[in-house]
Amino acid sequence: MNTTDLSVMALGGATVLYAIAMVAYAIRLARVADDKVAAKAAVREPVAAGGVSPAEAVGSAPAVPAASSPGAKARKAAGIARSTTLVGALLHAVGLTARGIDAGHVPWSNMYEYTISGSFFAVLAFLIIQRKRDVAYLGAGVTGIATVSLGLALTVLYKDVDTLPPALQSYWLVIHVSIATIVTGIFAVSFIASALQLMRDSRDTGRRWTGDRVRWLDAVPSAANLEALSFRLNAVGFVLWTFTVMAGAIWAEHAWGRYWGWDPKEVWSFVIWVLYAAYLHARTTQGWAGRRSAWLAIAGFTALIMNFTVVNLFFQGLHTYAGS
Amino acid sequence: MARVKLDNYVVPDAPRLGARGWLRWIWRQVTSMRVALILLLLLALASIPGSVLPQWPQDAAATRAFLAEYPFWGPVLDATGFLDVFGSAWFTAIYVLLFASLIGCIAPRAVHHWRELRRPIAATPRTLARYDGAGPETASSTPDEALAAARAALRPRAGRLGALTGYRVRVDRREDGSLALAAETGHVRELGNLVFHASLVLVLVAVAYGTLFTYRGQAIVVEGRSFTNAVVAYDTFSSGALFDPSDLDPFTLRLDSLDASFSDTGRPLHFQANVTFTEPGEDPVEETIAVNHPLEAGDAKVYLQGNGYAPVITVHDAAGEVAFSGPVVFLAQDAAYTSTGVVKVPDVSTGEQLGFKATLYPSFVEGPFAVGSVHPDPANPVIEMLVYTGDLGLDAGVPQNVYTLDESQLSPVQDADGQPVTLRLALGETVELPDGLGSVTFEELPRYGAFDLRADPSLPFLLVAALLTLAGLATSLFASRRKVWLIARVEDGTTVVTGAAYAPAHDAGVGAVLERAMAAAAGRDPAPAAGETEQA
Ligand code: HEM
Repeated sequence: MNTTDLSVMALGGATVLYAIAMVAYAIRLARVADDKVAAKAAVREPVAAGGVSPAEAVGSAPAVPAASSPGAKARKAAGIARSTTLVGALLHAVGLTARGIDAGHVPWSNMYEYTISGSFFAVLAFLIIQRKRDVAYLGAGVTGIATVSLGLALTVLYKDVDTLPPALQSYWLVIHVSIATIVTGIFAVSFIASALQLMRDSRDTGRRWTGDRVRWLDAVPSAANLEALSFRLNAVGFVLWTFTVMAGAIWAEHAWGRYWGWDPKEVWSFVIWVLYAAYLHARTTQGWAGRRSAWLAIAGFTALIMNFTVVNLFFQGLHTYAGS
Repeated sequence: MARVKLDNYVVPDAPRLGARGWLRWIWRQVTSMRVALILLLLLALASIPGSVLPQWPQDAAATRAFLAEYPFWGPVLDATGFLDVFGSAWFTAIYVLLFASLIGCIAPRAVHHWRELRRPIAATPRTLARYDGAGPETASSTPDEALAAARAALRPRAGRLGALTGYRVRVDRREDGSLALAAETGHVRELGNLVFHASLVLVLVAVAYGTLFTYRGQAIVVEGRSFTNAVVAYDTFSSGALFDPSDLDPFTLRLDSLDASFSDTGRPLHFQANVTFTEPGEDPVEETIAVNHPLEAGDAKVYLQGNGYAPVITVHDAAGEVAFSGPVVFLAQDAAYTSTGVVKVPDVSTGEQLGFKATLYPSFVEGPFAVGSVHPDPANPVIEMLVYTGDLGLDAGVPQNVYTLDESQLSPVQDADGQPVTLRLALGETVELPDGLGSVTFEELPRYGAFDLRADPSLPFLLVAALLTLAGLATSLFASRRKVWLIARVEDGTTVVTGAAYAPAHDAGVGAVLERAMAAAAGRDPAPAAGETEQA
């Protein structure tokens, strides 16, 4: 087996594992929500039954897990999800490294490579946060995004390794593009937090997402907690994005003799930056904190994805090598 | 101005707002957070057409083509600034307003922050019930000792710098006999925020300064030839309003050779110009210029922006005289460097002027239906050309594009069947022109480098402003803004301590600080930081 095959097979394996993890995380969310409902029912029941002790009530309700193993199913699903994600991330890392060795340069010089490395950083950001706090509820979204991006990368975007064109032969490729790719991963995770925040908020206020089929929303943290998490991620992301734009300007000065030329890629980097700045302002503006600022964060992430896809593929500019 | 009755909407019976009152009202609106937010959103929205529609400054040729393709919408969009978004009046208006708002916003905040830094912090609230609290806990020491220990645990630092970066603490003895400690940190966050916003203004000023003094020129230099840095020597030259042409360092640059290497499949691998650089009064030095590796020439930098072939062509006219001889710059049209160029021969000794429209194939192959180049390297260079006779139109005094032939007064030379004659020359070959017009020789095939020279005196300032922006931003987003309060009182002869803390919702670390202060006051070990659990 050569390095090319190794890379593709490892990435394929990671895709499958992420898909399994996504299902397991989704099951876990559903189970946690079930357990919550059951726990509430268990508390209410004694009153209704007139003086039956909680322990007996639990014993008489088959739908409720035994008191000794609360949430056993949820924990089992979480265990599967966690281990498949970890092994998936390991395979993903192997696939990325092999690609880098195969190509002889950092694996982020065209869309196929951005996609496989950006999705890796999303999973990595998730795993790092997971070490400090329980964010398993983000798991389904993160592994879902990783599955779809890796799947698309391997099937649609795949490109054989090639040497770097002269325009990219610079250490700035390592500095500028690696940070850009890492930021994409971080913003992807915060995007999921913001989306959950909006859904949970709608459910709590009875606007939308109220049905029984989205009962799993009860298993995610409160909208305020989700907003706090996405803010912390967005703050890190915004500082890194500011750095990305500045590093890009320095590189452009170095390569093209102008630091800013409103090339489509530069326009969109600017739009993204301004949208996230607007998000940060909205958080502290009356009437904009909460839902509206979450929408702005989502708009920022949408623009980021646009910049990686539509702008690379359809807009003419100096950055066109990126699309190839 | 007609006197209109303008009422202050906040207070119905308020006296009329005079012009000054209105100005003040407008200013207050402009500097409000909501307007700043809306302007930011407008700025993002307004930028988007600049990436979708062709733009004059970025791609004049595409813009011209767009205008030709859309005879109605093209001129409409052009007149309304959509084909030069970033120079348009409306885009300018948005960012000027935004920066006015920014200055109007940060100046008062800076003054306020300065006062705030020197003012003592607020006393502990009367009750802590409204906040996330800790305790009550008993301590074996006196209230004074307990709070002194808590104060030490918070490690306040003296001096103004300490006030900026650490906790500021005050301890009050209250009327009910209790002792209250208030600790506060977060000034550095506010300072970071101010530095960030102020540096944005600096960035804008640096950019404006650069626009006034910058200059930029493009020159094409063929291998073996030299170029002198003077405005007239450039093919194109543009500069800021305050640029002085005598500022140009009169250095010379000789292109000794241009290395271009390609993979077997024709993918570019590396371009490098080997040059001899001579500054007035100095010895010549050999330098290289490559993509991503410009040459520093005085306060300017020289960039290698492109390359191609400049075949040396000699034309003998009907009288056998050399009417033209020299390298002709051809522009590459595709990845295999199939290149087109034009030769204009006005100075013929007899007869009409000659013109040639030529195509160069560096690695020529001939298929059954077409000819082409298979690789950018000159493995088998062949030039095909059409010959024209007539008037080149050079005497009209109108500057002409050297890459196109004005065919209005020229006619192609035809063969007996009335078909235009296509000449084909391999390297070193001479071909006779039809009708005894003379001959043309393809002598040599040097490469050329397309160089950009650019100076922008604002770059160091811009870099400093950008770094300040980044530092201010990081401080502002990552420094914490926290308040911690402890109250110690004596109940039944023992000291009882209660505590509380306040921080923005996203700050999960404040609990640990409160715990540290409480533990110090109670004289126990702090509990290990509990894993933050977000989930119920
Ligand atoms: C060029 C336009 C502007 C940009 C790019 C910008 C960007 C930002 C960013 C990224 C932040 C979050 C980081 C931080 O907390 O320091 C922020 C915060 C802030 N901005 Fe701006 N800003 C702009 C204009 C303004 C204007 C015009 C105002 C006043 C109306 C303003 C007032 C504030 C305030 C008060 C905060 C602190 C919010 C907080 O407490 O978190 N900004 N700005």
